[in-house]
Amino acid sequence: MAGLIQESSPTTEGEAVSNYTINFGPQHPAAHGVLRLVMELDGEIIERIDPHVGLLHRGTEKLIEHKTYLQALPYFDRLDYCSPMCMEHSWVLAIEKLLNLEVPLRAQYLRVLFAELTRIKNHMLNIGSHVMDVGAMTPNLWLFELREDCMNFYERVSGARMHAAWFRPGGVHEDAPLKLLADIGDWVDKRLPELFGDAMSLVVDNRIFKQRNVDIAVVSKEDAIRWGFSGPMIRASGIPWDLRKSQPYDVYDRMDFEIPVGNNGDCYDRFMVRVKEVYESAKIIKQCLAEMPEGPVQSTDGKVSPPKRGEMKQSMEALIHHFKLYTEGFHVPAGEVYVATESPKGEFGVYLVSDGSNKPYRCKIRPTAFSHLQAMDFMSKGHMLPDATAILGAIDVVFGECDR
Amino acid sequence: MTVVHSAPRFASNEGVQAALSTALGDMLVEAHEEHGEILLTVKRARIEDALRLLRDEHQYQQLMEIAGVDYPQRAERFEVVYMLLSVTKNHRVMVKVTASEKTPVPTVTTLWPNAGWLEREVFDLYGVLFEGNTDLRRILTDYGFEGHPFRKDFPLTGYIELRYSEEEKRVVYEPVDLPQDLRRFDFMSPWEGANYVLPGDEKAETPPVDEVKTTEKKSETGAGETTNAKAAEKVAPAERSSGSVAGQGDANPAPVDTGQDEPDAPKPTEDRPDRKPRKETARDTSGATEPEENGED
Repeated sequence: MAGLIQESSPTTEGEAVSNYTINFGPQHPAAHGVLRLVMELDGEIIERIDPHVGLLHRGTEKLIEHKTYLQALPYFDRLDYCSPMCMEHSWVLAIEKLLNLEVPLRAQYLRVLFAELTRIKNHMLNIGSHVMDVGAMTPNLWLFELREDCMNFYERVSGARMHAAWFRPGGVHEDAPLKLLADIGDWVDKRLPELFGDAMSLVVDNRIFKQRNVDIAVVSKEDAIRWGFSGPMIRASGIPWDLRKSQPYDVYDRMDFEIPVGNNGDCYDRFMVRVKEVYESAKIIKQCLAEMPEGPVQSTDGKVSPPKRGEMKQSMEALIHHFKLYTEGFHVPAGEVYVATESPKGEFGVYLVSDGSNKPYRCKIRPTAFSHLQAMDFMSKGHMLPDATAILGAIDVVFGECDR
Repeated sequence: MTVVHSAPRFASNEGVQAALSTALGDMLVEAHEEHGEILLTVKRARIEDALRLLRDEHQYQQLMEIAGVDYPQRAERFEVVYMLLSVTKNHRVMVKVTASEKTPVPTVTTLWPNAGWLEREVFDLYGVLFEGNTDLRRILTDYGFEGHPFRKDFPLTGYIELRYSEEEKRVVYEPVDLPQDLRRFDFMSPWEGANYVLPGDEKAETPPVDEVKTTEKKSETGAGETTNAKAAEKVAPAERSSGSVAGQGDANPAPVDTGQDEPDAPKPTEDRPDRKPRKETARDTSGATEPEENGED
């Protein structure tokens, strides 16, 4: 014991070690993408973190300025590629707000249904990878099964597993087949609660998982407000703020669901908020399936929504509309709006400036990760190096969205 | 106008614009409401005070976003837009200032810590300076990037491209070289909104000429010896040239036959070998191309 009490360490041979800097990422499996963290460490204690983002910057906003409103839509799938339809949601709502365009009720239900399915899909990835970041392997594999199911539903409704481009200004692109809706209902009733419940039973009361997450990166209510937190991050800090409830869009005001709120604002609370949200999303999906009316899924305004193909072959007017919509596109009245929806990761906003032409003058995308990742420094201060991965996992950051 | 869209519905705007305008007083430049959004333009130098007032006395607790916009035709070309959210009043407002390349905007990192990255982003992409932001580094663009890519006068393709060089075994930066021009189609209808001159329209704008040209004298008509000589020249016969008037050749001089092949002329191809004549006539194909009666298409 005497040797251990001495100041000299066996590895440094008595030399005093000052703070040192290490590079975490950009290629690191726990960095959830291309994040580079320049960490200043005192031993294993984090003194300071300087996150370097932008390694996935593709200039999406500039590209959108050069596309028509409809051509810009697929770029949104590629922002947060873990929850594509929720990204499209903000975009189509921003256009509809400028156009003051009415969306048929069935389309609103379908959008809410698939936005919630997307939330489950996103949380499956985040919960799984968060668990894996702190050392557990099995739940991640099970949750990927569920994520795969969601992607199959995506494929059956839009033709694409990930980049759906299914939400359109004025509604959705195609109606969902009845069999698909029935299958989603069965999945939500049986497979989701079974498999998800099994996976979570391994984690939520797990001693190691709690040791790695409880009391890590505690964020107070005041800090969550000051740092511009949103989504599960602000709810874990104890603020019941959810845009689906407070600023409802589409048919969220008809839905009956709860907002899970955390008590301590630590990584464990953020995790548990997401776990509860999966069950709430399942509740919303069931309500959508039960209440969804029959009817059109596209706005009947021929100046915005393209005609059906059969109609296009018969009617001259429909042919003209089709041609004009897919070459020139539709014009959006001049003005500016900021439309924010509750994406699985938080407030995802679109600030859209239109000059009255067929292309956006400016489209600023408000990523959820920007504010959260910026708080990484103050959340990690004084924690151990391995806690950084837990904190990052609980932020739920995706770089397609952060870097745009 | 009745609201029929289904975009997020926050608390009513009624009376908010008037209340905030009074509260901001001489800091305010202009306020208006459009598409259900309240936009307040304030003086650039007072932005910090204005936002502090909105945060502390009007419950706009959260700064969600700072957006830059570029209007190159304006004297102060940039707009910096702050999106504020009140979680207690459930309301949003947008606050704007204008700026140019040389006029810095006071920082609001003193009010919200998350303004740091948001201001860095506007600086990086537009080149707007924020006075008092101690960490105004680039954030989204590459290390060592030059220019501000979201300005309207910055080309979409950029100036620099990079590739992996097999010779040097590293990534090299080179000026952009496009094998084909970037395609930008203009699909705007010429009848509504297109802001270019249609071909032919420029004639309507032509001012009246100062000196009217007349042909009073013979010398002004162009007729005379030179014209007659020119008219007497032989031109190529109609069948050898694609004359624009039927039966006449174009004005090219008649080719002189030298009896020699052109040095670079290709050799004439051989005649096609004879084909065997068809044995039978074509079958009636209407059964294959036309739908059966009462049949589904």
